[in-house]
This record gives sequence, structure tokens and C-alpha cells, in this order.
Amino acid sequence: MPLLSYRDALNQALREEMRRDPAVFLMGEEVGVYQGAYKVSRGLLEEFGPERVVDTPITELGFAGIGVGAAMAGLRPVVEFMTWNFALLAIDQIVNSAAKMLYMSGGQVPIPIVFRGPGGAALQLAAQHSQSFEAWYANVPGLKVVMPSNPADAKGLLKSAIRDNNPVVFIEGEMMYNTKGEVPDGEHVVPLGVADVKREGTDVTIVAHAKMVGLALKAAEEMAKDGISAEVVDPRTIRPLDVATIVASVRKTNRCVIVEEGWPFAGIGAQVVDDIQREAFDWLDAPVLRVTSADVPMPYNKGLEKLAKPDVPKIREAVHRVLYRGG
Amino acid sequence: MTPKTGTTTVARPATLPADDPATMRRLMRDMLLIRRFEEKCGESYALGKIGGFCHLYIGQEAVAVGTMAALRPDDLIMTSYRDHGQALARGMTPRAVMAELFGKAAGCSGGKGGSMHLFDASLGFLGGHAIVGGHIPLATGAAFAIKYQGGDAVSVVFFGEAAVNNGAFHESLNMAALWKLPCIYICENNRYGMGTALERASALYDVVQRACSYDMPAETVDGMDVLAVRDAVHRAALRGRERKTPTLLEIRTYRFMGHSMSDPIHGHYRTKDEVEQQKTRDPIHVFAEKLRADGMLDDTAWQAMEAEIADEVGDALHFADEAPDPDASTLTTDVYREP
Ligand SMILES: Cc1ncc(C[n+]2csc(CCOP(=O)(O)OP(=O)(O)O)c2C)c(N)n1
Ligand SMILES: [Mg+2]
Repeated sequence: MPLLSYRDALNQALREEMRRDPAVFLMGEEVGVYQGAYKVSRGLLEEFGPERVVDTPITELGFAGIGVGAAMAGLRPVVEFMTWNFALLAIDQIVNSAAKMLYMSGGQVPIPIVFRGPGGAALQLAAQHSQSFEAWYANVPGLKVVMPSNPADAKGLLKSAIRDNNPVVFIEGEMMYNTKGEVPDGEHVVPLGVADVKREGTDVTIVAHAKMVGLALKAAEEMAKDGISAEVVDPRTIRPLDVATIVASVRKTNRCVIVEEGWPFAGIGAQVVDDIQREAFDWLDAPVLRVTSADVPMPYNKGLEKLAKPDVPKIREAVHRVLYRGG
Repeated sequence: MTPKTGTTTVARPATLPADDPATMRRLMRDMLLIRRFEEKCGESYALGKIGGFCHLYIGQEAVAVGTMAALRPDDLIMTSYRDHGQALARGMTPRAVMAELFGKAAGCSGGKGGSMHLFDASLGFLGGHAIVGGHIPLATGAAFAIKYQGGDAVSVVFFGEAAVNNGAFHESLNMAALWKLPCIYICENNRYGMGTALERASALYDVVQRACSYDMPAETVDGMDVLAVRDAVHRAALRGRERKTPTLLEIRTYRFMGHSMSDPIHGHYRTKDEVEQQKTRDPIHVFAEKLRADGMLDDTAWQAMEAEIADEVGDALHFADEAPDPDASTLTTDVYREP
């Protein structure tokens, strides 16, 4: 299987879907001439031309709405946000227009659109540029929320998202674009709403999505040396959430730690805990613990930033606590 | 006469400070300080001492320096993430700014803000903001507060030409004109928003014409001429102070570096030739030549200025290097004001 970066896997998905369906087009800031702020759209302008790879002004509210309107009239837009921080300007169109159109119209007007771009913190980008919004979007009925953690999933999930007849919020990892992995050629489609067990284990379940999967796998590997067998479950799609796979894992391991990059209050982990306590209450041997970012805006200083973010030691510590182990 | 919309030439108000040699050399020095400071930022970024996004002001110095020279200490200022030049021109010390870029506790934002979020409320410098256009309503709100409190200060906001396509800009200008708020909108038109030329993002090529929609006074200003900037801002400030009239200034300038430290200086979006061509209008050289011609600057004075600035920037670097990081306990402070 070819080894591709996360960036190139996304590029391949976009390219293949644009070849497959002329209704698919890409729109956003710097997607064309500049080849993408993070180079995800490299070469697409050259292949598909400016009608289908559309550079926009810095007007998120406007072009997100134009995307939704184009979807209402029969197109399948892929709207790129340079980062999800800037999609806050467009959230009205995502929530009030895209998410609700089908329902408000009594089923007449579906909105097949993908809103995509990098989310989460990178390095020292400070408070306005280091945020995780998956919990916000996952709260909204009518939206699907997808967060791939490796190149193969990135390709397969993006293809599914583009083919889906609903608005999909597709959050990529700013820090993952360079990570490499094996990616199947051609028709590789990962269905939305299906979790993936990224590592099997018996002592504890770690539920993690996006960039946090890498940290969870690293923690699991380290803990294996101490005789702890951790299972890592990656939901891949936050909404709809594959509760069955998570619950099956917890029923097997009896312990669970949930890792996310967002803030703790009303985060994704809170939802997952809610599902677990209902579906696996009698199987739990310890309270479920969560590892999240600190409950603060992201500081610029490197040391403070490190304190604020989830990391491998914090995951290990939480696992030790649910196992009632010292150190 | 209040200049209305369009490019307007207005006589210099008599209230402007005299163009005496000391004032002129001060403007020169302020611009040169920014240039040398920014060059060191570039080096420090390459050394990993500055992290995150870092947007240099090289090429645009005359805009910040000319603007600040026309303002009063009680005026309020906001700007975008490209904020080092404005901060220094407003009188923030190279130490405080460099320490912030290094993420240190002694930095002007306590090491929490970094390059894009320089603040010094004591100087009326209300930030560096990192969402394009997001601070334009904030500055309009500051103007609202000034008027509400019966003052005659003005609120000044800097933003790029790419921000004027954004709704926040239009909503702000409309309310400022409607409610007569003393706000000066300074569009630093450096011709590009990241890799997108103005003509590829805006249906209207003259930013100044945007003011027509709101019946707001506006001028196009040569941003490579520090005196032209100062005089235009002075006129705008008088309108704001005396008649609570907002102004849009389109100040034409150019960025000599890449959009940020991680972006190319030229490439897909502009040619090397274009950049070199623009450098012939380097605001620092232009002004130095003028001062030389006017007999206000000679080689000795220039060298002395360079040496003094090198010391000042060197001292700032040393200070920032040695300064302690913020204490871990500060991670959770400043989220809420207590009590
Ligand atoms: C709402 C929003 N969208 C996108 C960005 C990413 N971004 C940062 S600066 C920039 C270009 C802005 O250009 P301009 O306003 O001309 O200012 P300049 O950088 O030239 O000073 C872009 C697209 C952002 N920070 N905020
Ligand atoms: Mg610009």
C-alpha cells in the first residue's frame, strides 16, 4: 500500500471525488493559486480550473452561506476554512442554515455539503488560534462531525463525507498534516458513524479521537511495558457516535479513560461518559476519567501551553488512577 | 471643509507640530527602531526563541509611526496580529515587546499573548487581535465609549485591505457614520492578504471608495511617506475630536516580507521583481533622503542613530532571553476577573 501523508490523503480524496462527480467543487481562502494554506488542495486548481477550485475573500460568513445556497440548488460544495477558529464567523450559516434546512423544509431541501479545515491547537498560536470546536458542532442535530486520526481514515472519511447527503463538519488536525501512513489506492471509503479499535487490550479502554489517538497509542505502548494492556478506541465520527463499539470495549475492560483536546465543560467526553454509565454501569470497576485541555484559553508561552494540553503522561496518570495503581 | 469621499488633498492644518529637525529625527528613529527590531525578530524566530505565528512589519513602518505621531496619549488604539510596529511606535518598550514575543512573564501581555496579542492598556494600546476584521467593531465600540463619556479622544484601528471585504468592517462603518463615533479606520493596504492580491478578492480596487456607502470622510494616503500619514491622521483626528466624525484612511503601503514567518516572500502570488521594485520606495530610505536633502541628517547622525538603536534592540533581546518564564500558577489566572 502506498505511504501517504495525511495532507496528501485528503488531497487524493478531494481529487477523486471531484473527478467522480462534477457537482463537487472546492471553495475557500487560498485554496487555489496559493495551493492551500496547508497545501491540502495542492494541484487541484491546475486539474479542475477556477470554476471548481474557488479562491474566496476573507469572508467566512459569506462563502459558507454561498456554499449552503449552492447545495440548495443542486451542487455538492466542499467549503474549506483556513482553520476552524475562523469558522466562528460562519457558524450562523452552519447551524442556522445548513443543519436545519432539511427539517424546516419538511424534508424537501437536503444540504449535501462538507465544511472542512484544521482544528485544535498547533504550537504557540495562543488563545484565538488554538481551539477545539467539535463539541459545539456535535451538539447540533442535523450536523455530522468527523475527525480522522490517520491518513487512511482521512481519505476514506472525506470521501464518505462528500458523498453524504447531509452537512458534515470535517475537522482535520493542523499538527497531523505531515504524519504518514499506508493509504489504499482508489475506492477506499470509510463509513461515517463507525468507530475503529486502533489497539486491542484488556485492562482499560482509552477513547480518543483525532490527534489524541496518537497520544493514546503512545501511552498504551509505554504502559504495555508496565504490564498494562490498554485498548484504544477511536470513534472517528463524533456524531453520529458509535456508542456500541465503545460500550463493548468498556464491558470487556471494565475501565475507561476519555481523551480529548477540547475544554472539559460539556465536552465530548461528557457525552461519552453519559453513554457508558447507562450502557455499561454494571461492568465498571472505577469511575470513568477524562483527560482534556485545561479549562483556560490557550496561553502563548511554551511551558504554559504544554501544561494546558493533554499529553502522554497525563493519559498514563489517568489510566493508573482508574486501575488504582500508584505512580 | 471636511473632505468627503474619494482621494482628497486637504491643506495642512495649522495646528500640526512644526517640522523641526528634532521632530523629524524622532520620526526617522521610530521607523528605524521598528525595522531593526523586526529584523531581530526574524532571526529570533529562526532560532526558535519566538514561536507560533509571527508577522513582521518591515516595509510598513511609516504607517504606524506617522499615525502615532498625530495622536494623543489618551487616544485608544487597536490593531491586527501584525502589531509589533504599532506597539513600538505607541511607546511600548522594545524590552516589553520582545519579552512578550519570547513568551516571558515580563512581556507586555505576561507571556500569554505572544506576537499576535500585544497589549498595554496604560498606553491605550488595546491589542493585537488575530481574527481578521474581528477588532474593527471593537474599536468602534471604544469610540462609542469615548463619546458616551463625553471625551474628545479618538479610537484608531489598523487593519489590512483584506479585512474590508468582511462584514464586520461594513457593519462598523455604518454604525460609526450613523451614530457619529470618533473612530479612525486605518486600512493598511499592502496589496495582499496572505497570497491573495487585492484585485483577486475585492470587487472594488480603491478601498477608499468603500466609505461612499456610509457617507464617511475618507482619503487615500501614501503609506511610504511618514509625513503624509501623520498629516492625514491629524486631519482625521481633528474631525473626530471636534465633530465626532469617523474617517476611513486607505494608506497604501507594501509588505517586504512574507505574510508570516512561515510564508514565502514571493512565489505563486507575487514576483521577486515586484518586491524589489517596491523596495525602491522603502519608507525609511525615502524619509532619510528627504532629511538629508533638507540638511537635517548626515552620515554621522545616521550612524549614531543606528548605533543607539542596535544597543536598544540588543538590550531588549538580552532582557527577553534572561527574563523568567511565567509561573505555572498563571495558567489559570486571568480567565475571570475576581472579584
Ligand atoms: C477570520 C479570519 N480568517 C482567516 C484568517 C487567516 N488570516 C490571517 S491574516 C490573513 C490575511 C489578512 O490580510 P490583510 O487583512 O490584508 O492584512 P495583512 O496580513 O496584509 O497585514 C488571513 C487570511 C484569520 N486570521 N481570520
Ligand atoms: Mg494586506
